[in-house]
Amino acid sequence: MINLEIPKKLQQVGAMAHSVAEGMFRPISRKYDKFEHVYPSELDMLRSILQGMEDGGTGMGAEGLSQDKKSKSKSKSKDIKNGSNMAVVLNMMEICWGDSGLALTIPGQGLGNAAIAAVATSEQKKRFTGKWAAMAITEPDAGSDSASINATARLDGDEWVLNGEKIFVTCGERADLVVIWASLDKSLGRAAIKSFVVEKGTPGMKVTHLEKKLGIRASDTATIILDNCRIPRNNILGSESIDTKKSFAGVMQTFDNTRPVVAAMSVGVATAALDLTRELLNREGMRFNYRGTRFEISTIESEIYRMEADLEAARLLMFKAAWMADNGKPNSKEASMAKAKAGRVGNEITLRCVELCGSLGYSEDYLLEKWARDSKIFDIFEGTQQIQQLVVARRLLKKSSKDLK
Amino acid sequence: MELDTIMKKSMNVTLGLLSRVSGSERVKQWNLREPALNLVYQGMRHSVRAGNLVQSRFMAKKTLKPGEALAKSTKPKKDLFDLSLTREQQMVRDELIKFAKQEMRPLARDVENGIVPDNFFDQVNELGLALSGVPEAIEGAGTVRSPVSGVLMAEDMAYGDMSLALAALSPLGFVNTLTEFGSRDQQSQYLPAFTGEKFIAATIALMEPRARFNPNKLTTVAVPTNAGYRINGIKCMVPMGKKSEVMIVFALLPGHGNRGFIIESHHPGITTTLESNMGLSAAGMSRVVFEDVEVPKSALLGESEVHYSHQRMLDLAKIGVCALSLGTCQAVLDFVINYANERIAFGEPISNRQAVAFMIADMAIELESMRMLTYRAAGRAEQGLSFHREAYLAQMMCAQRTMQIGTNGVQILGGHGFVCEYPVELWYRQLRAIGILEGTLVV
Repeated sequence: MINLEIPKKLQQVGAMAHSVAEGMFRPISRKYDKFEHVYPSELDMLRSILQGMEDGGTGMGAEGLSQDKKSKSKSKSKDIKNGSNMAVVLNMMEICWGDSGLALTIPGQGLGNAAIAAVATSEQKKRFTGKWAAMAITEPDAGSDSASINATARLDGDEWVLNGEKIFVTCGERADLVVIWASLDKSLGRAAIKSFVVEKGTPGMKVTHLEKKLGIRASDTATIILDNCRIPRNNILGSESIDTKKSFAGVMQTFDNTRPVVAAMSVGVATAALDLTRELLNREGMRFNYRGTRFEISTIESEIYRMEADLEAARLLMFKAAWMADNGKPNSKEASMAKAKAGRVGNEITLRCVELCGSLGYSEDYLLEKWARDSKIFDIFEGTQQIQQLVVARRLLKKSSKDLK
Repeated sequence: MELDTIMKKSMNVTLGLLSRVSGSERVKQWNLREPALNLVYQGMRHSVRAGNLVQSRFMAKKTLKPGEALAKSTKPKKDLFDLSLTREQQMVRDELIKFAKQEMRPLARDVENGIVPDNFFDQVNELGLALSGVPEAIEGAGTVRSPVSGVLMAEDMAYGDMSLALAALSPLGFVNTLTEFGSRDQQSQYLPAFTGEKFIAATIALMEPRARFNPNKLTTVAVPTNAGYRINGIKCMVPMGKKSEVMIVFALLPGHGNRGFIIESHHPGITTTLESNMGLSAAGMSRVVFEDVEVPKSALLGESEVHYSHQRMLDLAKIGVCALSLGTCQAVLDFVINYANERIAFGEPISNRQAVAFMIADMAIELESMRMLTYRAAGRAEQGLSFHREAYLAQMMCAQRTMQIGTNGVQILGGHGFVCEYPVELWYRQLRAIGILEGTLVV
């Protein structure tokens, strides 16, 4: 039965995350925007709170992100589920309402954790549990085109030897583990790309630079150099063999689960901006009650409703993608749709809110200008707007990456 | 009672006039050139039709008892976010999509002249769309109001052709309005006719012909009289207005806000003419003029039994119009996907180009956005939750994005999109109405 309301049980989870966002993130939001590269030690306390939430089964952790394989194999079971994927996006949305930079640097909640949760063996999961894992894909000459990465992995005895340079690694300095994408054989193209877990402090891996950024400054963004970095053979995620048909798709599958999460970040920040904008406009005597036809309300009222409609659409597309994952339905197209919509409207909304609030919007006295800077990244990382359009278009038009470049 | 007397009187007067003027056996040769005779003929036609209808079509065989009307809302069995259809909804959907593709789509171009073959309506009646909105106690198949099911039906029918969908669904809109706001007597009188073997046209008359029309500020006015109400005003874009045997007209009842009035179309003082519009000709969009139309007290929608909320009616109709836009936009999307994959330019399908492919991706993303907002509004209405904001936002988004999809549909076909050989220009014209229609299809 069609019902697009969030169930009470999840609402309570969201409300808890919202109060964390309000009580813990908002007060230090400006501070860590100013002091880029300083680790927000306030978050250590959060780590234990989150651990508690996770043990209680309502976690916001990246570990929750996975296609529900159980219901996939037992497709006879028609019981609809609202599971961990939905909980994760809801939590992320609420937390980012507080501060998205801080959300990205919550200990133990890295993108690498999502990759490990998705493909690690049970032995690996046990070994890496409780550790904070960053994800290193991008290189100076390979961004959206992640199939063309240059980092290499070579087997030498019982060890992999990694070489290469990774940039834009979120939590690259702070995480306990880094999941590195590297090629086993560059002549074999994307199929030879595998991911490897490197523990912090492994000789040969070095953080050489931290970026100064437009937004999400609370989150560290590192450059990592791998120089004959040796790791145990069983630190590879997934199989060692190169299957030209499947491998890369397997690696890319992680994105189906993480893209709705980035959509959630965007929705969270845009909601914050719209909430504050409404509040500031209320002080000027403006009321928003959805009365009046579209042709007689004021421009500013009309703008607010339009943004609300777009934001609501982005939020529902996000939940749809997560709901599909929870119910074992392939959601690659929907995940990209959610991220494309959320990425662009999130950015548009935060920028427009600055404009609508005028000098207050532009001032550092409020957080509107910060949100307008933060939001830009959500239309870029985990696949840019254009990459999402490409994914959606290829699915709709049934095109390969060769035909639709 | 009094109305009946008036009509019988006028019939007698007419027949009397007839025999005097015509001299009986020359009736056949009348060519009605003389104004006097024409007047007489029209008068008689009116009375005869009126007499027939009042006696036959809308009669209560049984009066709904309290508790037999449709339940106003249903709570989901489980408190879960869910996008799956119920089994019945899925069955209806399969059936309607088949009908849309096989029966409606091939007809869409032919009915642009406004003439819809009778057998189309026979087929529609067999589908039993209106039936689902009529309570079981009076021969219908419905147990509960379901705006979501209404949305799905409108979406699927509009996938075939929006114009025909509006025509086919006009009785459903009437039925829904009546089950939502009608008194038990009114439901008992009017609803059984929609469960029969014959398609009965019925409609809603809300819109008025002026720029910046506001459905909350109607200029059609109902003035209380001793016997009931006297209605004056002009309505436009009334789907199936000309063919409808009964309609609900919305007018300002001074002191009571906007109210609905159930009026059978033969009433003296009602003049209906077909409109010519940019599109939607098969929907039989009509202008209906009310000139001192006298209706009895019992015509007031809901009488004193049911609280009427004009806003609720408008919101349910906003959702209905959004639903229509979903179907037609899906038709555009599916069509351009095929076209872009087949059309070769510069040695390869144009869909190999990002400029084209991204337009199509965006159409799909925005359409899904529209769908989510529409479904959410309908879902809330069905569950008895407030849904004004959701319907308002859905309409806002659908009104705008629909036209974007319509215009890009033509754009992707280029010059071919501009000619009538392809359906995209037809959809373009139909979709322009989405931002305009109010009150047209109550789900």
